[in-house]
Amino acid sequence: MSTEPHYTLYHPRWYRRRVSVWWWLQNRSYTAFVLRELTSVFVAFFAVVYLWQLRALAQGPEAYAQFLARLKTPRLLALDTVAFLFVLFHAITWFNLTPKAMVVRLRGKRVPDWAIVGLNYAAWFVLSGVVAFILLRGR
Amino acid sequence: MPSTVALAVTRYRPEEESEPTFQTYEVPFRKDWVILDALNHVKDNLDGSLSFRWSCRMGVCGSCGMKVNGTPKLTCATFLSDYLPGPIRVEPLDHFPVVRDLVVDLTDFMRKLKQVKPWIIRNEEKPLSEGEYLQTPDQVDMYKQFSMCINCMLCYSACPIYGLEPSFIGPAAIALAQRYNMDSRDQGAAERLKILSEHDGIWQCTFVGECTKVCPKHVDPAGAIQQYKLTAATHWVKALLLPGGTR
Repeated sequence: MSTEPHYTLYHPRWYRRRVSVWWWLQNRSYTAFVLRELTSVFVAFFAVVYLWQLRALAQGPEAYAQFLARLKTPRLLALDTVAFLFVLFHAITWFNLTPKAMVVRLRGKRVPDWAIVGLNYAAWFVLSGVVAFILLRGR
Repeated sequence: MPSTVALAVTRYRPEEESEPTFQTYEVPFRKDWVILDALNHVKDNLDGSLSFRWSCRMGVCGSCGMKVNGTPKLTCATFLSDYLPGPIRVEPLDHFPVVRDLVVDLTDFMRKLKQVKPWIIRNEEKPLSEGEYLQTPDQVDMYKQFSMCINCMLCYSACPIYGLEPSFIGPAAIALAQRYNMDSRDQGAAERLKILSEHDGIWQCTFVGECTKVCPKHVDPAGAIQQYKLTAATHWVKALLLPGGTR
């Protein structure tokens, strides 16, 4: 707490409840919120893996083969799966929240929430498709 | 249908006890009764010492906000029948000091509300002879949703950030600031930006979103805050990049 609210100073008999450390377990949407905040750790994890991959690539084919072999170890596969689930949760929850922050007006009328969410998902799928096409083209 | 339902109500009598306790009252169950009717029944027939606030009984005054089974609700719009078989837990709103029983002190909100200048600010008032400030229906539409706020404080009770950081200006005050920012007659957005973009303003909000869920008037304070984050960030970038700032 940064500052004590000044208004209870002269009212020592007013009762102030403290927020419990476990407030985020009190209801499901608080828990979902804290989980969504936690997903940022896994987003960072994928960024680090990507940097690691780039470094291995720069070091030559042998280092890259070693990198790939390491990715296939059960421990990293498990971690990757968990991280992927969290990142998926991250993407879906944030996509669903976009209409709250983004108000688009067309001819004075507000574009409905489902259209904004839908466009986000559409862009996500199209971009994923393009990336998949580029990666799998040569196979 | 049961003939009675149990109401577990928070009691806090500062002259007698140092911490709130629960007291259970058995009240008649009626299909058309809301929690507030049951509380009034207790006050009139069972225990006249129970304290709570209420006024209009029709979801307009914003006085009767309490927690019902842990969720902030307007008790005049919350039916007993939705909480059968009971007992129904009625508690004062979270994050505000409890004065007595179900009555909380709202001074903090009143002070914050004033800070965001929730009134129309004009650089220069036009003379009366020039008539009203006209608005098109579309212009009214821009802010109407935010103007529905009745200051019932359910959003503050639902906001864990306000509980953890009492200095946070909070959902309703920011939504009401936005109500005036979006008003075509208003010219005070720059004045409000100073308060809203400070540490205790919009940036404290981490978008839990619970304020919007509990709002009985569909004001969507969480939306107002996120939209204002976009405005403030754009303003900051413009001030950084454009010579002469944003004028």
